[in-house]
Amino acid sequence: MKRRDFLSNVSTATGAALLSAHAPGWAQAVASRASSVQERILILIELKGGNDGLNTVVPYADSAYYQLRNTIGIKPDELIKLDAKVGLHPDLKALLPFWEKNELAIVQGVGYPEANLSHFRSIEIWGTASKANEYLSDGWATRGMHAGLASKAAYTAEGVLIGMNDFGPLAGARAVSLNDPVAFVNQSRLARVNELATSTQNPALRYLLKVENEISQAADGLRGDKYAFDTVFPTGQFGNGVAAAAQIVASQRRDKADNKAGGVPVMCLTLGSFDTHQNQLGTHAGLLKQLAEGMAALKSALTELGAWDRTLVMTFSEFGRRAKQNSSGGTDHGTAAPHFIAGGAVRGGLYGQAPDLNRLDGTQNVIYTTDFRQIYTTVAQQWWGVNAESVVRGRFDALKFLRA
Amino acid sequence: MLNPIQMTSQQARHLLVRTGFAPTQAEVDKLVGKPAQTAVADIITSALAAKPKYPPPAFVSQAPPTPANQLKTVDERQEQRRAQIAEGVELKAWWLREMLETPTPLAERMVLFWHNHFATSQQKVVRSQAMWRQHQLFRRHALGSFASLLHGIAKDPAMLVYLDAANSRRDAPNENFAREVMELFTLGEATQGGGYNEQDIKEVARAFTGWSVDRDDFSFKFRAPAHDIFSKTVLGKVGLFNGDDVLNIMLAQPACGEFIIGKLWKEFVSPMPDKAEIKRIAKRFAQSGYAIDTALADLFTTDAFWADSNRGSLIKSPVDLVVGTVRQFAFSYSDVLPFVLKTSQLGQNLLMPPNVKGWPGYTDWINATKLLERKNFTQQLFRSIDPALGRMAMLKVGKAEAAMMLDADAFLRAYGGRADGVPNEALKTTLAGVLLASDATQNIANGTVGVAYLRTLTLDPAYQLK
Repeated sequence: MKRRDFLSNVSTATGAALLSAHAPGWAQAVASRASSVQERILILIELKGGNDGLNTVVPYADSAYYQLRNTIGIKPDELIKLDAKVGLHPDLKALLPFWEKNELAIVQGVGYPEANLSHFRSIEIWGTASKANEYLSDGWATRGMHAGLASKAAYTAEGVLIGMNDFGPLAGARAVSLNDPVAFVNQSRLARVNELATSTQNPALRYLLKVENEISQAADGLRGDKYAFDTVFPTGQFGNGVAAAAQIVASQRRDKADNKAGGVPVMCLTLGSFDTHQNQLGTHAGLLKQLAEGMAALKSALTELGAWDRTLVMTFSEFGRRAKQNSSGGTDHGTAAPHFIAGGAVRGGLYGQAPDLNRLDGTQNVIYTTDFRQIYTTVAQQWWGVNAESVVRGRFDALKFLRA
Repeated sequence: MLNPIQMTSQQARHLLVRTGFAPTQAEVDKLVGKPAQTAVADIITSALAAKPKYPPPAFVSQAPPTPANQLKTVDERQEQRRAQIAEGVELKAWWLREMLETPTPLAERMVLFWHNHFATSQQKVVRSQAMWRQHQLFRRHALGSFASLLHGIAKDPAMLVYLDAANSRRDAPNENFAREVMELFTLGEATQGGGYNEQDIKEVARAFTGWSVDRDDFSFKFRAPAHDIFSKTVLGKVGLFNGDDVLNIMLAQPACGEFIIGKLWKEFVSPMPDKAEIKRIAKRFAQSGYAIDTALADLFTTDAFWADSNRGSLIKSPVDLVVGTVRQFAFSYSDVLPFVLKTSQLGQNLLMPPNVKGWPGYTDWINATKLLERKNFTQQLFRSIDPALGRMAMLKVGKAEAAMMLDADAFLRAYGGRADGVPNEALKTTLAGVLLASDATQNIANGTVGVAYLRTLTLDPAYQLK
C-alpha cells in the first residue's frame, strides 16, 4: 500500500493527530536489501497457545468488535492507533519505533481453509505448512533447506530452536534445540561422532545418532567467546531466549578473525501461554509486553552486530481466538489472526484484510483473508531465493512486505 | 506365536526392562528358563496386588487449606500457593521413591501411564490434596477397569479445574473439556479415526454442563440449575444425555478401545503400531469390560513384543533413565529429591506435564540439550563414587543433594570383573549385553578400568534405548 493512500484514509481529527505523532518516516529512503542469501537470518517467534489477534490489532472502528467483546474489548482511547480502523494493544508500545521506521509489517487475517481448532493439530499445520487434512512430517523451513537453502553456505546448523522441544517448522532439519549456547558448547564434549553403527535399522537409534552428530557439528560452529552486548535484555524466559538468539548471531559473524562458522539461517523462539480461556486481560497484556520488549531488544542487539538489515523476525501461532468472548472473561480457540513481521529489510505497513466480524463461520469464528502459506511463499522466494512451490506444496501469492 | 517357551537371559531382561524399570541381574536370573506366558501372568498378578511401600506424605490427611478466595491479601494467596506447590514436591518425592524401591514396578509404570494419559498439572490446579486424590484414582484403577477410571477422572476435581470444566453452564457450555475428553482421553483426534466432529463436541459440552467443583472443599458438585436437560445428538445417538451418558457413548465406540490400545502399544511394544493387532486386542479389551490387565497380557504376548527387531526400539523416558540407572546398578542414596529434580530437568516433571497432551515420549524426549543432560547425569552419578574407598559422595541437582554409594565391585564380580580391573573382551561383550538394549555404537578406549568402563558405556547412545 502506498504511504500517501494510507494517510489519506485518516479522517478523524484525533486519528490524524495521533498519526502525525507516529507516522512512519516517509522521508526515509527505501533501502535496498544489501545482504546476500547465505547471510540472511529468519527468526520465528511462536506465540504458543493461540494469540487473541482481535485484542492485539484491534478493529476499534467496527462496532461489532465491542458487541462481541462487551467486557474484554480494548477501549479506543487505550489503543495505539495505526489508522482510522485499527490500533495496537497498548502493551505493544515497544513496537512503535518499528512502525515509525517503517520496519513493521502487520499481516491481517492470517489463517488457512478448514481451520482446525486443536492446538496440537493446528500448530502442526502451521509448522509443516500442510493442508488441514494432510499429515506431513517435515517442517516448512526444512523444505526450504531441501529446496536449496541448505547448500548456500556451510551452516553451523540449519536451525536452532531456543527453549522449545517441538521442532515445528524445523522438523527433520539439521537443527539443534538448546536453552543457552555457551552451556550447549560446554556440554557438547559428551557427544561424539559415532564409529560403529554406520547404518542401523532401528529408527530410535538412528535418531539418537543423528542428534549426536548434529550436536558435534553445531558445537564446533557455536564455540567462541560470549559477545558483550550493550543492549539490556528483558528478564524472564523469553528475554533469555532473545539473548541466546543474539549470542548465536554474534558467534556467526563473518568479520571475526578466527571465524569458521557458517551461520544459522533459521532460529525459533517461543512465548506463551496465549491460551487465554479465562480472565484474559491481564495475562494477555503481560504477554504482549514481553513480545514487544523482546523484539525491541532483539533489534537493538542485532543492530549492534550490523545484522538487523539481514534479519527477518516473524510471529506465528496455531490460531487466533473466538470472536465473541466466553463467560469466563476469556476467549476460546479461534481461527485467523494478524501476525507481525519486522526487520531492516521489511517494508512496513498493514497487509491483507482485517477479517469481517459480521461474517463468522460455523464455529462462530472469523474467516481468514490471508493464507499463512502466502507469508512462507514470500520468505521462500524473496528471502531465500528458492522455489516456493516445494516449500508450501502449492501456489500461493506472495506479499510485498520485503523491500525490493 | 513367538512367545519364548524358555526365556533366555536377553529375553528375560527385555521383559523386565519393558514392564518395569531396569532389572538387577538377580531379577533377570529368576526368570531365565521360564515360559514368557507364565512370567507375564506373574508380573501382572503381582502388579494387581501391589501396595505402596511407604506411608503417603503427611499433608494428605491434614485439614484442607483455606479456600483461595477467602484469603484477603495477595501475600497470603502467594504464600498458600507456595506451600501447596511444596507439598506437591513431597508427593513427587514419595512417588519417585516408590518407583525406586517397588518390587512390582509394572504397577508404578501404569500409574505414570495414566497420569500422562489424563494429564493434569499442579501448576494450574495448585491444591496438593486434589493432586493426591487424582493420584489415588490412578493407583486404584491402574490395572483395573478403564471404564471406571474414565468415569472417575471425568469427575475428578483436579481434572475439572485443569480443563476449565468447573464452570460450564447451559447458557455458555465450556467446550474445552468436551474436546479434550474425546480427543485426548477416549477417541483420539477427529481426523485420525476419532469419528466425531465439531458438532459432536458442542453437544458433548452441553451434556457436561452443571459439572462443577465446590471451591471451598474442592469436591465434585453437580449443579442441576446449570445443566442443559434437553435432547442432544452425540455420535448419532439421540437422548437427554448427561455427562455419564456421553462417556458411555464414547466407551462404546470401537475407536475408543483402539485409541487406548494404540497408546499402550507405543508405551510397551514399539513405536510402530500394528493396526491389525491393535484392532484384535482392542476388541478383547472392550469385550472384557475394558480390563486393563487383559490388554496388558495381550500386548506382552504379541509377536511384536518378542521380535528381535523390537528390542531397543523404544527410547527411555527421564524416569526410565533415572530410576532405571539407580535400580540397575543398585546405587544407594540418602535422599530422592535430586532424582525428582533431575527427571524434571530432563523434561518429565511429575505432576506437571507440559500441557493437556501430556508427555509425547519417544523421540520427543531427545533433542541436543536433553541428550547432553542425560549423559551428564550418568557421568555425575558415577563420578560421585570413589571406587577405591567406596566413600559416600554427594549428587547435587539444583538445591537438592544426596549422598550416593555404589558397590561397583559387587556389580562387576557378578560378571567376573573387578572395579579396578580392565575388562577383557568376554566381559566387555557381557556388559554391553547387560546395559545396552542394542549393540554398542562407540568404542571405549583400551585400558579403561571397571567403574570408568561402566560410566563410559552409559555414554553410548544405545544406553538411551530400551
